[in-house]
Amino acid sequence: MSGTGVIRLPALAALALLLVACSGGGAPAEEARAAELAPAAAPAVERPRLPAMATSDNAQAATAQSPPSASRDGGEMPQRAARAAFVPPAESAIPVDAFGAMIRKGRDIFMHTGRYAGEYVGNSLACVNCHLDAGRRADSGPLWAAWVRYPRYRAKNDEVNSFAERLQGCFQYSMNGKAPPPDGEVIEALSTYSYWLATDAPTGVDLPGFGYPKQGFEPPEKPDYGRGEKVYRESCAICHGAEGEGQAVAGVQVFPPLWGAQSFNWGAGMHELDNAAAFIKANMPLSLGGTLGDQQAWDVAMFMNSHERPQDPRFTGDVAETRRRFHDTRWSLYGVEVNGRLLGRGTEAPGG
Amino acid sequence: MKAAIVVIAASLASGGLSAAAPDAAAIVREGNDKGAPPCIACHGAHGEGQVAGGFPRLAGLDAAYMERQMDDFASGSRDNAVMKPIASALSKEERRALARHYSGLAPPAASEPAASDELDPQGESIALRGRWEGQVPACVACHGPSGVGVGSHFPPLAAQPAGYIAAQLHAWKDGQRRNDPMGMMQHVASELDEAEIQAVAGWFAAQPAMIEEGGP
Repeated sequence: MSGTGVIRLPALAALALLLVACSGGGAPAEEARAAELAPAAAPAVERPRLPAMATSDNAQAATAQSPPSASRDGGEMPQRAARAAFVPPAESAIPVDAFGAMIRKGRDIFMHTGRYAGEYVGNSLACVNCHLDAGRRADSGPLWAAWVRYPRYRAKNDEVNSFAERLQGCFQYSMNGKAPPPDGEVIEALSTYSYWLATDAPTGVDLPGFGYPKQGFEPPEKPDYGRGEKVYRESCAICHGAEGEGQAVAGVQVFPPLWGAQSFNWGAGMHELDNAAAFIKANMPLSLGGTLGDQQAWDVAMFMNSHERPQDPRFTGDVAETRRRFHDTRWSLYGVEVNGRLLGRGTEAPGG
Repeated sequence: MKAAIVVIAASLASGGLSAAAPDAAAIVREGNDKGAPPCIACHGAHGEGQVAGGFPRLAGLDAAYMERQMDDFASGSRDNAVMKPIASALSKEERRALARHYSGLAPPAASEPAASDELDPQGESIALRGRWEGQVPACVACHGPSGVGVGSHFPPLAAQPAGYIAAQLHAWKDGQRRNDPMGMMQHVASELDEAEIQAVAGWFAAQPAMIEEGGP
């Protein structure tokens, strides 16, 4: 079991963890109703889909299963690389010179974003929370795979985005902060680190393990809030807290908050169920990635993303309009009512 | 009216508690009449542990964590020949009182301070970065910066004797210790070889029990 490819461990017996039921005013599981998913939700019948995840940068994955016409990139995408996993250089190979110093700076920002790039961070998260092993881990949005996929067109902003612009998006949405200047040190350091991690990688390809493994990953049944809450209590709350608040010690956020004012905002890719479910399935619980069932991953993604979080910075002033313009996708719960609560009002909104 | 009820309830509760509460400090010094020996014999006069014997420090650990460990020693899900009879000789109330007692003690400095060049560098690497080929996350990703411990499920590793940390990793690996949530530690330990176990145990033993705000 070596390399950074898809790692599938034998399923370990998961001990059901009896956690004290949370107090507070949340709806009990038995009362929880699954949301009516997005109005555009497809019927349960499987059918080949064109990429519908318009706000995701992984949308146009030209996988072997997809017809070539599914790629919005036109015909310029080279053939996929061989399935052999790409292995980034060992951290001990970072050169001891000015270039190496910038690589290390990028790595440090990536791992301790609030400490080293705090002025651009508006919550308690760090890059490494969603890109495990300091951005090295396959199926966890690895930086080496992202580096060779940019510049590319993104429907999210209807533009060709440079890698720097893609990084800026992470700060605006996932970090609920503001975009670092493209010519400033934060972007330079993160770009240098990414470039170095991609040493010897072919460019312009979807390396195996890029993004989150959501191609062809569909929920066996419609994701369900109540079932997701049960998964959360049994497998997630021990680290992320009964209310999704995470845990910090000595001023260091150890486990990231999953919703609420200190988490990613409604514009982040992780708010979409397919991204969240794919990440969770491959990587959670930490050290036990691949042990949750597909349905469990989708259900717990549904539970996580049925909670309020900071407003999308592109908010037009109207939730329905904002949904129409930016979130009219199958897997966004923005602007959808779940358990009698309209999602998308933001954590700071009056009455939200 | 409401305030009066609260006062009465509080005085009843505290009165009831003090009448029945075990004397933790006495058990720590002298043991109890059911055969539990004094805790200080192995865990030190101040709960600092004992490096030579690999007995863990208890000072400053989370109370709920320690109480659960004593329950698990008694039930056998944490299978330990020394602690099983001791925990079994303690009542539920005594275990709880002892856990509270030790959680309130100030932790010592590093258990086995060492200069960084005396430590096997792979210990720090596993502690701070993990070894992801086997889905081994950084230890600090759950046990907190420098391994100071997080909440009631992720105990401190910092300033524990290296012998204790290594023994626990062996116990997870060999199946004597099975009381971890979701089998997380059984998985992690199963991935570590002997050299890695010794290295990572040595690194945490050299860390201070307390860190400055915002530490590594």
